[in-house]
Amino acid sequence: MEKLLEVDHLTKVFSFGSMLSRIRITAADNVSFYIKPAEIFALAGESGCGKSTTARMILGFEERTSGTILYSGKKVARSEKVWFTQGIQAIFQDPFGTFNPLRTVDRYFFETVQNYMGHRSKDVAIKLIDHHLKAVGLTYEEVSSRYPSEFSGGQLQRISIARALLTNPILLIADEPVSMVDASLRMSIVNLFKTLKEELAVSVLYITHDLATAYYVSDRIAIMFRGDIVEMGPVEKVLMDPKHSYTKLLRESIPEADPKKRWSTRVTLAELEHEEYLRVGCKFAGRCPGAKEICTCEVPPNTYVDDVLVKCHRYSGRYP
Amino acid sequence: MNESILQTEQLKAFYVLDVYGTPKVVKAVNEVDLEIKENEVYGIAGESGCGKTTLLKALVGAIEPPLRLVGGRVLYHMVGDEVDIFSLDEEEKRRLRWEYVSYVPQGSMSVLNPVIKLKETYRDFIESHASKDMRADAFQIARNHIAELGLPLKILDAYPHQLSGGMRQRVTIALATLLHPRIIIADEPTTALDVVVQRGVVQLLKDIQRRLENTIVVVTHDMGVQANIADRIGIMYAGKIVEESTTERIFGNPHHPYTQYLINSLPRFGDKTTRKSVPGSPPSLVNLPSGCPFHPRCPYEMDICTEQVPSLVNRDLNHKVACWLAGEGEYGKAS
Amino acid sequence: MKVLRDLFRDYRFCFSFGVLVIILILALLSFFAPYDPTLWNVVPKDTKPSAEHILGTDSNGQDIFWQATFAVRNSLIISLIAAMVSRVVAILVGMIAGYKGGSTDRVLMFVSDSLLIIPLFLTMVMLAMLLRQHMNLVILGLMLSAFGWPWDARLIRSLILSLREREFTETAVLSGTGTVKLVLKEYLPFAMPLIFSTLINNMSWAIGLEMTLAILGLVNINIPTLGTMLNWALFYQSILLQRWWWILTPVVLALFLFIALYWLSVSISEYLDPRTRIQRVGTQ
Repeated sequence: MEKLLEVDHLTKVFSFGSMLSRIRITAADNVSFYIKPAEIFALAGESGCGKSTTARMILGFEERTSGTILYSGKKVARSEKVWFTQGIQAIFQDPFGTFNPLRTVDRYFFETVQNYMGHRSKDVAIKLIDHHLKAVGLTYEEVSSRYPSEFSGGQLQRISIARALLTNPILLIADEPVSMVDASLRMSIVNLFKTLKEELAVSVLYITHDLATAYYVSDRIAIMFRGDIVEMGPVEKVLMDPKHSYTKLLRESIPEADPKKRWSTRVTLAELEHEEYLRVGCKFAGRCPGAKEICTCEVPPNTYVDDVLVKCHRYSGRYP
Repeated sequence: MNESILQTEQLKAFYVLDVYGTPKVVKAVNEVDLEIKENEVYGIAGESGCGKTTLLKALVGAIEPPLRLVGGRVLYHMVGDEVDIFSLDEEEKRRLRWEYVSYVPQGSMSVLNPVIKLKETYRDFIESHASKDMRADAFQIARNHIAELGLPLKILDAYPHQLSGGMRQRVTIALATLLHPRIIIADEPTTALDVVVQRGVVQLLKDIQRRLENTIVVVTHDMGVQANIADRIGIMYAGKIVEESTTERIFGNPHHPYTQYLINSLPRFGDKTTRKSVPGSPPSLVNLPSGCPFHPRCPYEMDICTEQVPSLVNRDLNHKVACWLAGEGEYGKAS
Repeated sequence: MKVLRDLFRDYRFCFSFGVLVIILILALLSFFAPYDPTLWNVVPKDTKPSAEHILGTDSNGQDIFWQATFAVRNSLIISLIAAMVSRVVAILVGMIAGYKGGSTDRVLMFVSDSLLIIPLFLTMVMLAMLLRQHMNLVILGLMLSAFGWPWDARLIRSLILSLREREFTETAVLSGTGTVKLVLKEYLPFAMPLIFSTLINNMSWAIGLEMTLAILGLVNINIPTLGTMLNWALFYQSILLQRWWWILTPVVLALFLFIALYWLSVSISEYLDPRTRIQRVGTQ
């Protein structure tokens, strides 16, 4: 099986605080997964779970504490920016922050063309840019000489995707691309990812906390909690029949647009910012309805249950 | 049938701007008629830029230049009396707010002072708004309130940055409800929050409403949250309310094409078939289309839609729609 | 131009524009002066303003009006040299320190902070005494510029530090833009109001400092500047002797120049401020 991108035991530790009271937070703890060609892989979890940190380590914007990254089978050195090979591009969460408010958005397009494809005449560049903008539902005329403030959030995200596609990447890393877009407009952007996969064979690493769109668009999914991947596998199995208690909690907490399906049970939330990171044993034990003593002492191992990876003592065989 | 507690009559509030010589008039609230009742959760749903936040500002009387009240009234029904909030002076308005109506703005977690402990913030708040006899027991009142809402007491001794995002949001909501207001207005209380935290916030709001038997007005574009929390919903588009009814009817039988789009654009578990979001973009509130503001994006556009603005009328029992499509059952859901 | 039209809506800009145009005309008139400013006794001494000598004459035997044109021209030249050179240094230091960070940043800020702490006045006095023979406009300008950059370098550095964290930096990086181009193209527009207002403030500061040094006699008093005119006027007791036309000329000119420069810097930096620029963008 060909692996387009593979990360193995990728770890990032942040330490802060004064000399007297240093806190070390493992934002990403031995994260391992792979992405196949022409596949949409979702990395899902709440904020602070380490998904963005993982993406930034892959892109080289954050230095990894340990672990390996393999791109098309080859190891990526620590200082190497993996997107320099043009194969990987990224889009970010805040559409208005993605572009410099004092520059017109087309400048980024021209720069990408110039830097990645050598000097092309302006007409050739415009044709290329227009082609990619049409793929996202816009045209060059609509975009040329306009500032970011003249567009809506949804339009800017689409422009951002078009810019990322200019270099014909085979992997697009999308870091929470629809979180800041109105719920009713998310489909237009998420549908684009589907089109990219089906028509251009582009893989997408879709990072999100919105499980509904993750279900809708991805093939495989990994659920992260406080730096660990707690469940990973085909999206139908993980989200329709969740095994890990956290996945169940996430799945149940998604508000359905149907007043007959209101939440019936109550939920407990984490109180302090970092307390769950510093837990011994399973980090979710504090909120898990099925927590036993072993959960507070030992870190649960990764077990495979029916094609799905689960990090829970219930499946490790040592659950009482 | 509950009594009405807050009412607007043909409310019009525009932003009048002058940007380097070019005047711009943003018609953020354009003839809105609302009737919000006691002991209910009323949801206002709509995309960004439809005028929701301005409507809320008008409801609490926080209208300052460049925002201007161009027409209409905002009436509070208090203890048998009808009070137009714009007829009150600053001091009376200030007392009205926080004691009677409390406003929880978007991103309100930043309202907490980062350099003092939470209990100090609570005490400051009580001292500036409560009566003299309440001030003496400020800490105790704060403690009772927090315990009543099911939040852990130890958070009062913490600084805001030590708490998780969800906890901060809930603490802010607790702060807003400290003086047991009759109306709580929450502007996007769950946006930018994770799903589990969102659920906790919705839970808290419902607890408060049940306990105090007051009114909560929740503004959010997330129809899933609306389905979970609201009793009645008003759909807002381009400064106007285009549909209003009970939650069951809005979701069970949405009349307005925009409402249909809003509901159908949400992905559902178990269904991976292609869904579409609302086509086009929301109209500019400076350059509104003629007639019905939705007609450029409406799949059922007719000639009359470009000429005349439909008014909000009762189509069914307590189901109001502003649309020229007459009759029922002729149009199905948008997908 | 639309830019000028927008600027003229601000009364402060109108005032400064007017004053500066007048001052510039005065400076240019100096090229047509009938008298050599460095000579003495070209005209009768200490005469009141008249038709022939619009602002009267001074105790050196010079026509005050024509002397003033030279004074204005030279003061402007000194301050422009001082301000521009220090801008360039401040921008280079600020941008490199801000973007590179690490030890480069520490070293550059150390140098910058040291210059800030050194007592300016004493150093100026010392340098002036040392260089008095060689003092001319350029030397004086460079001397002033050496002390004009540290504060602004730090301001620009903090701006760069905050811009580095913004997401569009990453977009630019992903677009393949190299470091130098990135800093110049992405960050410079944000730094423009800062650079512009500090340029003008620096000019004001340079003129003021030059005048101070001149009154103390630490510059070459044979070169007419606003400062040296003031120096001569005080030297010959023009206040006591009620020769108001002599002492008032440099004072009034300097006053108008300071106000004009200040209002110019305020109105232009408000116009260039990214927040108002973004507002304007929508209406274009």
